[in-house]
Amino acid sequence: MTQSQAFRTLASTRVLPQILAAALLGLFIVYGVGFAPVSAVHNAAHDVRHGVAFPCH
Amino acid sequence: MFTRIALAALVAGLLAGGVVALAQTVGTTDLILAAEAFETATDSHDDTWAPADGFERFAATAGADLVTGIGFAFLLVSAFALRGRPVGWRNGILWGLAGFAVFSALPALGLPPELPGAAAAPLAPRQLWWLLTVAASGVGLGALAFAKPSLWKVAGVVLIALPHLIGAPVPDTHGGLAPATLVETFVLASLATAAVFWLVLGAVAGVAYDRLGPRSA
Repeated sequence: MTQSQAFRTLASTRVLPQILAAALLGLFIVYGVGFAPVSAVHNAAHDVRHGVAFPCH
Repeated sequence: MFTRIALAALVAGLLAGGVVALAQTVGTTDLILAAEAFETATDSHDDTWAPADGFERFAATAGADLVTGIGFAFLLVSAFALRGRPVGWRNGILWGLAGFAVFSALPALGLPPELPGAAAAPLAPRQLWWLLTVAASGVGLGALAFAKPSLWKVAGVVLIALPHLIGAPVPDTHGGLAPATLVETFVLASLATAAVFWLVLGAVAGVAYDRLGPRSA
């Protein structure tokens, strides 16, 4: 069984770059809030980092 | 497609993030503040900007909640689009449960939510373990749910289990500055908040994604 048969329910490849771009944007945002090692960002998002259980400190 | 994902993610992320901002205000944030009272003696604050306690801190937290909501929403709606089928609120809730498992419950098995002042292993290995666990859980759960060949499903289960077989980075000494009852309450409050977030996000995103799609039939 080929990969395309295994995942034939997936979206058409035409829109794949756009989906990838949206997913990367999501990753970038989550990284910014949860992981960015900038002190001011850490301090602003501090209670969220703890609340969402991102590793913090 | 990008516009559709972005609009659905904005609507669902702002709504679910707003719910979390309210929930945290009456839930985890109070516990964080209580824990910080135990921590002040040992804490090493530097000179960088931090929101002042009170409204400024609430506003910073609420803002970060909205941004976090939008970020997770982009990831979830991208997964909808990759799947390429209508979602609706029922399936949206299932997707939300999956998001809760991938981003919250499974990482929490190794790295439970932590109050300030808790004893913990160095930050970098914990962040790495968290990221790898989320990635492995996401791919594993995806294979388990959508792959046809059973070998892929088995691989999915192995992927989900793998980070926990390796084990999360643990501190040399356990415990922390906050009392154990406070820690337990915080873990429950944090996980409950995350569960509500993902259920709201999934349901709203599922409806929004469908509504924003091309009109067919």
